[in-house]
Amino acid sequence: MNRFAELLDRLAYEPGRNNKLRLLANYFRATEDPDRGFALAALTGALSFKHAKPGLIRDLIADRTDPVLFALSYDYVGDLSETVALMWPKAAALSTPSPACGGALGWGSGRLLSGEKEPPPGSPDSASALPDDPTSPASGRGDELSHHLHNNPPPPTLTEVVTTLRTLGKTELPKQLARWLDELDETGRWALLKLVTGAMRIGISARLAKTAAAALGDKDPHEIELMWPGLKPPYLDLFAWLEGHGEKPVNLDPAPFRPVMLAHAIEDADFAHLDASDYIAEWKWDGIRAQAVAGRDQSGNTVVRLYSRSGEDITKSFPDLLPSLHLAGAIDGELLVLRDGRVQTFNVLQQRLNRKVVSPKLTKDYPIHLRAYDLLSEGDTDLRELPFAERRAKLEAFVKQLDDPRIDLSPTIPFDDWQALAAARADPAAAGAGEDSEAVEGVMLKRRDAPYLPGRPKGQWWKWKRDPHIIDAVLMYAQRGHGKRSSYYSDYTFGVWTKGEDGEQLVPVGKAYFGFTDEELLQIDRFVRRNTTEKFGPVRHVVHEPDQGLVLEVAFEGLARSPRHKSGVAMRFPRINRLRWDKKPGEADRLETLEQMLKSEISPPSAATSDH
Amino acid sequence: MRGSSPRMTAKNHQSPPYISKMRPQDILMPVPAGLCCKPGGFHIDPVRPVERAVITHGHSDHARPGHGAVLATQETLDMMRLRYGDNFAGSTQAIGYGEEIKLGDVTIKFHPAGHVLGSAQIAVSCKDICIVASGDYKDAPDPTCVPFEVVTCDVFITEATFGLPVFRHGDAAVEVKKLLASVALFPERAHLVGAYSLGKAQRVIALLRAAGYDAPIYLHGAMEKITRYYESRGVKLGELRMVKGVKKADLAGTITLAPPSATSDVWTRRFPDPVTAFASGWMRVRARARQGGVELPLVISDHADWDGLTSTIDATGAREIWVTHGQEDALVHWCKTKGLAARPLDLVGYGDEDEGEAPVAEAEA
Ligand SMILES: [Zn+2]
Ligand SMILES: [Zn+2]
Repeated sequence: MNRFAELLDRLAYEPGRNNKLRLLANYFRATEDPDRGFALAALTGALSFKHAKPGLIRDLIADRTDPVLFALSYDYVGDLSETVALMWPKAAALSTPSPACGGALGWGSGRLLSGEKEPPPGSPDSASALPDDPTSPASGRGDELSHHLHNNPPPPTLTEVVTTLRTLGKTELPKQLARWLDELDETGRWALLKLVTGAMRIGISARLAKTAAAALGDKDPHEIELMWPGLKPPYLDLFAWLEGHGEKPVNLDPAPFRPVMLAHAIEDADFAHLDASDYIAEWKWDGIRAQAVAGRDQSGNTVVRLYSRSGEDITKSFPDLLPSLHLAGAIDGELLVLRDGRVQTFNVLQQRLNRKVVSPKLTKDYPIHLRAYDLLSEGDTDLRELPFAERRAKLEAFVKQLDDPRIDLSPTIPFDDWQALAAARADPAAAGAGEDSEAVEGVMLKRRDAPYLPGRPKGQWWKWKRDPHIIDAVLMYAQRGHGKRSSYYSDYTFGVWTKGEDGEQLVPVGKAYFGFTDEELLQIDRFVRRNTTEKFGPVRHVVHEPDQGLVLEVAFEGLARSPRHKSGVAMRFPRINRLRWDKKPGEADRLETLEQMLKSEISPPSAATSDH
Repeated sequence: MRGSSPRMTAKNHQSPPYISKMRPQDILMPVPAGLCCKPGGFHIDPVRPVERAVITHGHSDHARPGHGAVLATQETLDMMRLRYGDNFAGSTQAIGYGEEIKLGDVTIKFHPAGHVLGSAQIAVSCKDICIVASGDYKDAPDPTCVPFEVVTCDVFITEATFGLPVFRHGDAAVEVKKLLASVALFPERAHLVGAYSLGKAQRVIALLRAAGYDAPIYLHGAMEKITRYYESRGVKLGELRMVKGVKKADLAGTITLAPPSATSDVWTRRFPDPVTAFASGWMRVRARARQGGVELPLVISDHADWDGLTSTIDATGAREIWVTHGQEDALVHWCKTKGLAARPLDLVGYGDEDEGEAPVAEAEA
């Protein structure tokens, strides 16, 4: 458990994806079965046991600590599990008086008299007398030493914790937890409490953990993804295969995930090489890509699962969609919220994401819907080798057969040449998207003859997004970034001009921390350092006068009204498009320009408005 | 001290009987300049220039320039000279651990504090009352300084930098192992360890050596003088190199120590994909560690942790505890639950150089 805790601890601080992968792979390599398997299960959310309530943890610590000291500590640390992990008293056997404190008392020569282990301290006339060998043990507390001396039980392994929790009765839990907390160190206790309270958020996805496991055997993570639904913790068969001493596990899952096919962003120059007649076009929906799979298990029961594009099982989040998937098959499509047959914006859809509890009210207010655009299997037949045009025909028949209002076809866009498609993309409402056009992000182009290939194969699928909105704004404040970027001012607040009480003034309209190149980051960082007018904690005020300052070309995806912002508008996905060294701040855009854009956008229903 | 006052080897029993019953606050009391000893005519660690100063250790918040006369250990005096130049005080006198000296109506004696090289606790005795001003201290092992010594007394003045039960520093050797494991796992990256220049940096180096790491260790320029001074006092630190001028590629797989403020600045760009570590007791609390973009927190402190503070208070046998810089509330509360008289001592101006001050992200070089 301590080792797994160390891994979690390190992962929690490491910002880089590749470095996280290295830490994980290293752990899987160095850790034995079945511990590593249970670790993989913990990281992919595949463990199931009843979680301990925070109240239980509070009771445990209240029995062992002074309430005032606990309150002061909790207030300082700000996290219950961490506070308890840190202040949990050492087990009785460990709390021996420290050797240093048992040393010489009084006004004697200044020597420590008692310690067999103490090196000679300073001679009376000089403070400089040091142990010759800096490695020699000095006085003080030695946790390891006392651990040996008192013959404490060894800390529990992750396997022990997981298997015990599975079978433990509710009444036995507090005692067992206390025993483990006695045996573990600070980091171990922290990880244990996070695990048992089900609050293990350490910023890594299930996908990343599986990718790290795949690295163990130099395998494609897609292979693990494919077999994953058929695997069970602690994954002995998986690790045996990855390490080359076991057969490849077969997936007996009736509703497995299939790695998804992704599109390339198309550039203007690409069209010259493409023949319009080779492609089928569809709208690109601003929803959530999902794979909906239904199959029959050995006893003939229907199993339905929903997966995210990375293969994470999101079935639990959308119980309202499951009954509609009553025919065996695997649909690739987009999750959308529909009200009265109309697609709602992403803002609305967001209400359905990251919910712990999916209440009847939520499913009623935000009815989920699947817009289907591909069929990967039907019954027991894998369709992925077929050309898209044939799959599409099968999909149309399949959706018809489902005959369910929650599942419909993603319509195709008729077009003869690229000009016609460009026109449709510029005005989706007029080209068939109708009232749903606000949820259209652009168009998708799919080769008629393309099989369904995992990953992002060249030249098969293209996405052609609508032009993002662009404005010129003025850099107002800069803040340091995080992790690798902590030495750079990489988070920027920018503003546009408006008429205020004191005449023309800049009002902040957004924040951006990406979009620039490394070279541009260096340039902005240098500009910020040389043009700071004031510092407020981590925030720097950067000069922003009509004739002095930096103009940023900001691109963004959409606008919404926001009473929470002083400017009254909130941008969606703002990013730094270009640095306009050639412009003076006085030439930047005005708030009126944004308000104009807002009017031409169809505002989302006010109840669900949220900027993100 | 009076420049040439004779060293006392025994307590003077012929003090004038001008006060029949003395109270501790008649001997030492907090004033704006610091802790003032009226009957002895001196201040301990004064934050403003005074006529006569007795100084516990070389951190700049405790050892300031401009006093008339300074009494401290040889190491503390040397460190002040290194930092402030030859004229940092009107006159100086060195005193060793275990030595006693009579000042006015009081006797003072120096004892090792285990905080940094040359750090001392100062026992002040007047009549039959003994007060120990412990300065900054730690009871954990440290190969770079003389171990902390418990001094029995009537009143114990303790710091409370880590005065909350959540601060438990554990074994520093384990933290150093964590650093070395990371160096082994990421051989193409540089490891940058933020550590306070006086004391912490040298301790981390010594711990690395004790763990068997014998490659050259690189230093930020600001650490050179004080580190060389440690070496001159017999602290063996192995091969040290200045990082300045070293090619970026050559820093892959190396360990560099730097002042905490430098690890989040442009200076770090000379390193290949650096892993930013920080050696401090504050690293025990995750929110604190995250503040400065630390990727590898190392819980290594030069101050006593909660268990160290409480067990030391116990061991001194003092019936009255005065608590200074840090989390006074919790420690005062703990003392009271143990039946000890305790009160916070309102001293200002401490905690600026070492980890007494929590790390802040915004610290420009
Ligand atoms: Zn200090
Ligand atoms: Zn201090």
